[in-house]
Amino acid sequence: MSTSDQIGIRLDVTSIRDEFPILHQQVNGKPLIYFDNAASNQKPLSVIEALNHYYRTDHANIHRGIHTLAERATEGYEQTRKAVAKFINAAETEEIIFTRGTTEGINLVASAFGRKFLKAGDEIIITNMEHHSNIVPWQMLCEEKDLVLKVLPLRENGEVRWDLLDSMLTPKTRIVSIVHASNSLGTINPIADICKKVHQAGAVAVVDGAQATAHLEVDMQKLNCDFYAFSSHKMYGPTGVGVLYGKRKWLEKMPPYQGGGEMIKEVTLEHTTYSEIPHKFEAGTPNIADVVAFKKAIDFINRVGKRAIIDHEEKILAHAHQELEKIPGLRIVGTAPHKVGVVSFVISGVHHFDLGVMLDARGIAVRTGHHCTQPLMDCYGLEGTVRASFSVYNTEEEVDELVKALDAILNKLRN
Amino acid sequence: MKSIDHIQEDIIEEFSMLQHDLDMCVEYLIELGRKIKPLPAQFRTEDHIVKGCQSKVWLVASHENGMVNFMADSNTMITKGLVSMLIRVLSGQTADDILNADLYFIQKIGMNRFIGTQRSNGLAAMIKQMKFYALAFLAKEQKKETP
Repeated sequence: MSTSDQIGIRLDVTSIRDEFPILHQQVNGKPLIYFDNAASNQKPLSVIEALNHYYRTDHANIHRGIHTLAERATEGYEQTRKAVAKFINAAETEEIIFTRGTTEGINLVASAFGRKFLKAGDEIIITNMEHHSNIVPWQMLCEEKDLVLKVLPLRENGEVRWDLLDSMLTPKTRIVSIVHASNSLGTINPIADICKKVHQAGAVAVVDGAQATAHLEVDMQKLNCDFYAFSSHKMYGPTGVGVLYGKRKWLEKMPPYQGGGEMIKEVTLEHTTYSEIPHKFEAGTPNIADVVAFKKAIDFINRVGKRAIIDHEEKILAHAHQELEKIPGLRIVGTAPHKVGVVSFVISGVHHFDLGVMLDARGIAVRTGHHCTQPLMDCYGLEGTVRASFSVYNTEEEVDELVKALDAILNKLRN
Repeated sequence: MKSIDHIQEDIIEEFSMLQHDLDMCVEYLIELGRKIKPLPAQFRTEDHIVKGCQSKVWLVASHENGMVNFMADSNTMITKGLVSMLIRVLSGQTADDILNADLYFIQKIGMNRFIGTQRSNGLAAMIKQMKFYALAFLAKEQKKETP
């Protein structure tokens, strides 16, 4: 029995769905079922209206103007920073840096931290389940600085071989960069425990939280990671905005990521001194409108309640596992005991691309392919999978529709 | 041999009977793919692959009596169906006609939603490759003509 039943918090999915205008449409003549939430989830009206409101009434450039609109825009922007800090329980608001997304957050760490603190022969550890955005920046850094990239392998069920971490950590390990929840498998990694080990070894822990912030309790002080990157658009907020959380002690020591306006204290043609954190890392005019509207997404999650969201998504996930497994020839890829609402599967004899197109023809949006985790697919000997991923507005009935659609497709193909 | 545009019109007419029902179009495509002449195993090699993000196509071209002929296969049924239509339109035509072909049928039958901006099926790359073969054969032809 889920916690929500015990303490009486039940999601009213119908009224939640009413807040998402995009869900109420027909796609290819069928009611839309949106199961591509791990790629990007949909936006509640409050977020959409906040964008509109900002441009209609509050827009100006931030942090510089002394006029009223500049003040309002700045206030809106900084309110979001405060809301984010509270949402992830960062020790200080200044530890929140706005980026374009998770990818930029990781690149920022690789570039600014990596350049300053790593030297030839140093080691970086990642896992075999990482998204390309948590592989490529480290590969680039390794190439530039002659570092060693080590990879933790996976178990058949999609868990990382954390038992090997101790032996992989050496005095030369500087960075361990890992995903909180896998976008392809759903596996949730035990970040707090890993951070403890990483710190004991004298390294820093970087976490890709893209799939976690909307679907798990995320508390910076409990996890105790050094950096944590995530994206607004995967948590009901606008695209083009992300957050990099970094511990003050590191952010202060790191050089700026990019140079330009906003990030300076004083510029002469000979020398420039930089702003304090977080502004040191936010060169140029940022994506003000989307940052302002992002706050409404956080408000939405807070209002519905993380616990209720988690329980709801766990229920859908369990139902999906149970029903999909009944389909002959279907194999779920990623069966770790702790998962977010992601189900990847393959069906013998049918290419994932064909399944994706045929599901779309029935109004069901899933993701197909390697999900930007090619090394992970290689490790399982797969070219790709079909992935259904869930958010707060999805229902068990929608899962049943998916199963029915798959049954119908397979019936046709196998006859 | 019917002209490229004539064949395109035939395909448009066939698809008009499916009344833009995507589900039926997809089924029809798969059927077309199943009917395609099988590609001999020796051609299913790396150097014949036209790669899309999610599906693979093996494409082979030959040139005989001034006509270009294509054979192909794919690892996905839908792409194979799309490819079968391209072969139907372009195979057996002159290199010149292939190079100048405007493949408007793709948009007319609503198949552009499978190619358009999607990188996933590699059909755009496939058309490019077919035209590239035509260009290569044309260059060869012209070389023969100029002593």
